[in-house]
Amino acid sequence: MNAPVTKPIHVGLKPTPFIERLRPLNKFESLEYWKGYWSPADYGNAEREYFAIRNTSSVFDLSPMTKYRITGPDTVAFLQRMVTRDVSKIKVGRVGYTVWCNDEGKVIDDGTLFRLGENHFRLCCQENQLFWLSHSAEGFDVNIYDETDEVTGLSLQGPTSCSVLKALGCEGIETLKPFEMRAFPFAGGEVVVSRTGFTGDLGYELWIDPSLALPLWDGLQEAGKPFSGVEPIGSHALDMVRIEAGFIAAQVDFVPADQAIRADRARSPFELNLGWLVAMDKGHFTGRRALLEEQKNGSKYCLVAVDIDGKYPADGSIIYHHKETEVGHITSGIWSPTAKRNIGLASLLVPFGKTMLDDLWVEIYVMRELKWEKLMVKCTVVKAPFFEPARRRATPPLTY
Amino acid sequence: MAERADKTRDVIVIGAGHNGLVNAAYLARAGLDVLVLEKNDHIGGAAVSSVMYEGWTYSNCSYVCSLLRPEIMRDLELPRHGLQVIPYEGGATMMRNGDHFATYYDHDVFREEMRRHSRKDAEAYDHYSTAVMKQCRWIKPLLLRTPPDPTSFRPRDLQELLYLGKHFASLGERDMGELIRFFTLSIADFLDEYFESDVVKAHFAGSGIIGTALGPYSPGTAYVLLHHYMGDIDGSVGAWGFARGGMGSVSSAIAASLLSYKGEIRVNSEVAQVLVENGKATGVVLANGDIIRARKVVSNLDVKRTFTKITDPKDLPGDFLERVTKFKIRGSSGKLNISLDGMPTFNNVPAGHSSLRGDLHFTDSMERMERAYDDWKAGDWSRDPYVDMLLPTQIDPTMAPPGKHYMSVFVQYAPPTLSGGRDWDGPARQQFADTVINQIAACSPNFKDLINHYEVRTPWDIENEVGLTEGNIFQGELTMDQLIFNRPVPGYAQYKAPIANMYMCGSSTHPGGGVMGAPGANAAREILRDLRIHGMDPRQEIEL
Ligand SMILES: Cc1cc2nc3c(=O)[nH]c(=O)nc-3n(C[C@H](O)[C@H](O)[C@H](O)COP(=O)(O)OP(=O)(O)OC[C@H]3O[C@@H](n4cnc5c(N)ncnc54)[C@H](O)[C@@H]3O)c2cc1C
Repeated sequence: MNAPVTKPIHVGLKPTPFIERLRPLNKFESLEYWKGYWSPADYGNAEREYFAIRNTSSVFDLSPMTKYRITGPDTVAFLQRMVTRDVSKIKVGRVGYTVWCNDEGKVIDDGTLFRLGENHFRLCCQENQLFWLSHSAEGFDVNIYDETDEVTGLSLQGPTSCSVLKALGCEGIETLKPFEMRAFPFAGGEVVVSRTGFTGDLGYELWIDPSLALPLWDGLQEAGKPFSGVEPIGSHALDMVRIEAGFIAAQVDFVPADQAIRADRARSPFELNLGWLVAMDKGHFTGRRALLEEQKNGSKYCLVAVDIDGKYPADGSIIYHHKETEVGHITSGIWSPTAKRNIGLASLLVPFGKTMLDDLWVEIYVMRELKWEKLMVKCTVVKAPFFEPARRRATPPLTY
Repeated sequence: MAERADKTRDVIVIGAGHNGLVNAAYLARAGLDVLVLEKNDHIGGAAVSSVMYEGWTYSNCSYVCSLLRPEIMRDLELPRHGLQVIPYEGGATMMRNGDHFATYYDHDVFREEMRRHSRKDAEAYDHYSTAVMKQCRWIKPLLLRTPPDPTSFRPRDLQELLYLGKHFASLGERDMGELIRFFTLSIADFLDEYFESDVVKAHFAGSGIIGTALGPYSPGTAYVLLHHYMGDIDGSVGAWGFARGGMGSVSSAIAASLLSYKGEIRVNSEVAQVLVENGKATGVVLANGDIIRARKVVSNLDVKRTFTKITDPKDLPGDFLERVTKFKIRGSSGKLNISLDGMPTFNNVPAGHSSLRGDLHFTDSMERMERAYDDWKAGDWSRDPYVDMLLPTQIDPTMAPPGKHYMSVFVQYAPPTLSGGRDWDGPARQQFADTVINQIAACSPNFKDLINHYEVRTPWDIENEVGLTEGNIFQGELTMDQLIFNRPVPGYAQYKAPIANMYMCGSSTHPGGGVMGAPGANAAREILRDLRIHGMDPRQEIEL
C-alpha cells in the first residue's frame, strides 16, 4: 500500500482573501510582517492613508488577526475566570474590550470579545493564545477553535464610513451604537458589522465569509465613490491613529507577560492604565489576588500619555526627571498630524506620572544630515486621547 | 457722538481677519480683556468659507493652507477647536500639445515624469530642491521673530541684529552670497539656472507670481516662490493642504480659541476712526458713531488702509505717512469659485489620475506667463491667464454633496483698475469670468455643462468685501524693499504704529501675507512685552 503523499506547506507570505485586489494596489511592494500573512505597511503614501482615516474612509485587511470561537455551556463561566472584565455585562450583540492576566496579575494580551450568542463568543487578539486558552479551559465544558482563516475581517474607519455602509445597503446602520454589532444581508450571504476599531474615530469592522471577501471589497469601493473614496491603508497609518487614540499595542507598549523573560518587563492592567477593565467584584479570575494586592500596595509603573515639546518623534526615548534621573521611556511616539502635537505614550516608574508630574524631560536623538544631535526637551503628562471627534460616539453619526 | 456704555477694554483689535484673531487670542490667553471689531457680518477676512449655492461651501478667497505656523496651531489649540488640515498630493500643468507635466508624491516617480520632458531636468531637480531648502532653512526661524531695527542702538535691537548676523553667517560664505542674490533674482532667472524644459519651468514658476504684480522675468519674484515654499505640513516642507470645511475653518478655530480665553468678537462693527488723544490711541469710533475705549488699539487692516482711511493724518508724522502712501500694494489677482454637478474630465490627464487631486494649470511656457503679465500692465486682465485651479472635494467630503464637486480657480493677472474707463462692477466682471471658463473648457470637454453656479471675484470685489487695498492678497507686495525690517516701512517693522498705544498686526507687517498667523502672533508678543506680561517669549530654537 502506498502511503498518501503529504504536500509540504506553502513557504512564503500567506495570502489573505483580499490579496487579489490589494496586491496590484501595493505598487511599491511595501509590506509589514504580520504573522506570515501578506499585509501592507503602506501603499506608497502613509500620510495620505492616515488622512483617509481622519477625513474620509479607509479600509484595512484584518484577515491575519487571530480569532477564536468559544462555545459550549460553560463559555461565560470560563471567560469570567480568564479575563478581567465582567463578561456577563457584555450582552448578546455587543463587543467588549478586555485584557487577561497570569496568576501574578500581569497582562498576557488584550483583545475584543464579540458576543454572538448566549454561549458563543469570538475573541480577537494580536497574539496567539490557544496555549493559554486551553490551559485556562481545564475543567470547563467549552470548545475553543481557531477560526482565523474562516472569518475574514475588514476594518472600515473614518468620518464617512457610516454613509458608505448605508450606500452599500446596510439599512439602518446609523442606529448602530459603539460596541454594538448587527448582521446585514450581503451578496446572498451576510456581513456582520460591529462599530469597533483601533482608530479612535468613527468606524466599523466588517466580518464575512472569505468567499464574499472580494464582492465586499468591490462593493465598498463603489459605495465610497461619491464620498471622496474609500482608501486602502497599511499598518503605518494605522499605528499613527492608534497612538493618537491612546490605544496600546502588545509587543510595543507592553511585553506579553507569558513572553517576558526579565522580571521587570511584565505589566499589570493598572500599570497600563487599564484599571477600568478590572472587575474585582465579579468573583474569582486569574490574577485577581495579585491585583488586589497591587491595589493595596500600589503599582510600580504607570502608563501615561505625554505631550513632548518640538517636532521630533520621541519613540523609544528615555525620560528623565530634572534632566538627571532616569524614570521611564516613551513606548510609542509620533508627530500627530491631527493634534499638531508631538505625542507619545510613556511607561514611568511611579510616583513619576502619578504625583510627580513636573520637570520631566525626554532625551531625543535626531539625525540632521548624518550628524546625530541630542535634544533634551520638556515633556508634559496629559490626558489621552489626543484627538476625539464627536462622531466617534455619536449615534447617528451621519454628518461628517 | 454717543459714548456707548462699553467699559474700557485692555485691547481693541480692528478687523477679524485671521491675523487679528490670532493676535486677539494670544492677548486673551495672557489674561487681557480683548474686543475684536469686524466690519463684515462674518469673521475671517480673506480666510473665509461661505455657502452661496445650497449644498456647496466655497473658500471664497484663500483656498489652500501651508503657511499657518504649527507653533500657533499648538499654542492656541486649533485642532481641539476644530481645525483639520489635510495635505494634498499631485498637481499638473496641461499643455497645448495635449501632453501634461504632472507632479507625484514619490520622489523617484516624479523624477521619471521629469525625464519625459528633459533628462537633464530630472537630474537638476534635486539640486534645485536643495537650493530652495537652504533658503527655507534660513528664512523659517525669522518668521516668528520681530525684525530688529538696524538703525537703532537699543540693546534689544543689537541683540536681534547679532542673532540675524550669526544666523546669516551660519550659511557659509558661498550661500551668504546666494541668499542675497536670491532675494533680488527673478523666478525665471533662478529656474534657468537649473532647468531647460519650458513646461517644467512654467510649472514651478507659478509660485513666484501668485498674488504678485510682477511677471516671471521681474526681479524679486524668486523670493515670492520661497514665500510659498516656506510653510510645511507635519514637517513636509513646501507641502500644501486643505483646511477641512474650507479656509473659514482656520478662522473659526482661532475664534473659538479666542472665545475660550474669554475674548469677544463683534461683527457688523466697522471702525471709522482710531481715537487719538494727546498723541496716544485711546479707543475707536465706530461707523455708527459709538465710541469704545481701550488701552491699546491694534489694526489688522493693511497698512495703507489703517493710516489713510481710519487714522487722522494729523496724528501721523509726515514722512511716515508719505511712506505709507507709497507702500506697494498693487492688486493682481482674481478668483472664481464654481459649483460643479460632477467631476470634470480633462483631455490631457486620464480620469482618476492622482495628479488631478492637486493644483492644476494651463500655462505651459514662460513666454505665456510673461504675456499674461503684459495684459495686466496694459490695464487689462490676462487673455490667457495663469490659473491655480483645485478641486478640493476630491479630498474634503464636507464641501459639496456626495458625488458633486467644488472648484476653486485662482487667476493671475487681473488689475485693480481697468484701462479705458471700464469699471469692474459692470460687464467686465462677466467677461473676465468668461475668459477663465473658456480657458478651462478648452481642456475639459464636459466642464461647462457641469457648472451649477459660480462666484466671480475681481480685485475690486476683494477690496470692497475683504478690505484688502487694491485687492492685493498679501496686504502689500513681497519685494525686498518691503520685507523683514523694511516691512511695512523702514523704521516701523516692530508692529508699533507712530502713535503711542497703537499697533499693526496684519499681513502688511513681517513676515507678510498668506494664511500664516505669524504677523498676529508677533504683534501680540510685542504688545505683551510693552505691558510687561510674560508668557510669550521669542522662540529661541525653532528647529527644536
Ligand atoms: C483671492 C485670494 C486668494 C488667496 N489664496 C491664498 C491661499 O490659498 N493660501 C494662503 O495662505 N493665502 C492666500 N491668500 C492670502 C491670504 O488670504 C491673506 O494674505 C490673509 O488672509 C490676510 O489676512 P489678514 O488677517 O492679515 O488680513 P485680512 O484677511 O485682510 O483681514 C482684515 C480684516 O479687517 C476687516 N476690516 C477692514 N476694514 C475694517 C474696518 N474699518 N473696521 C473693522 N474691520 C475692518 C476686514 O473685513 C477683514 O476681516 C489669498 C488671498 C486672496 C484675496
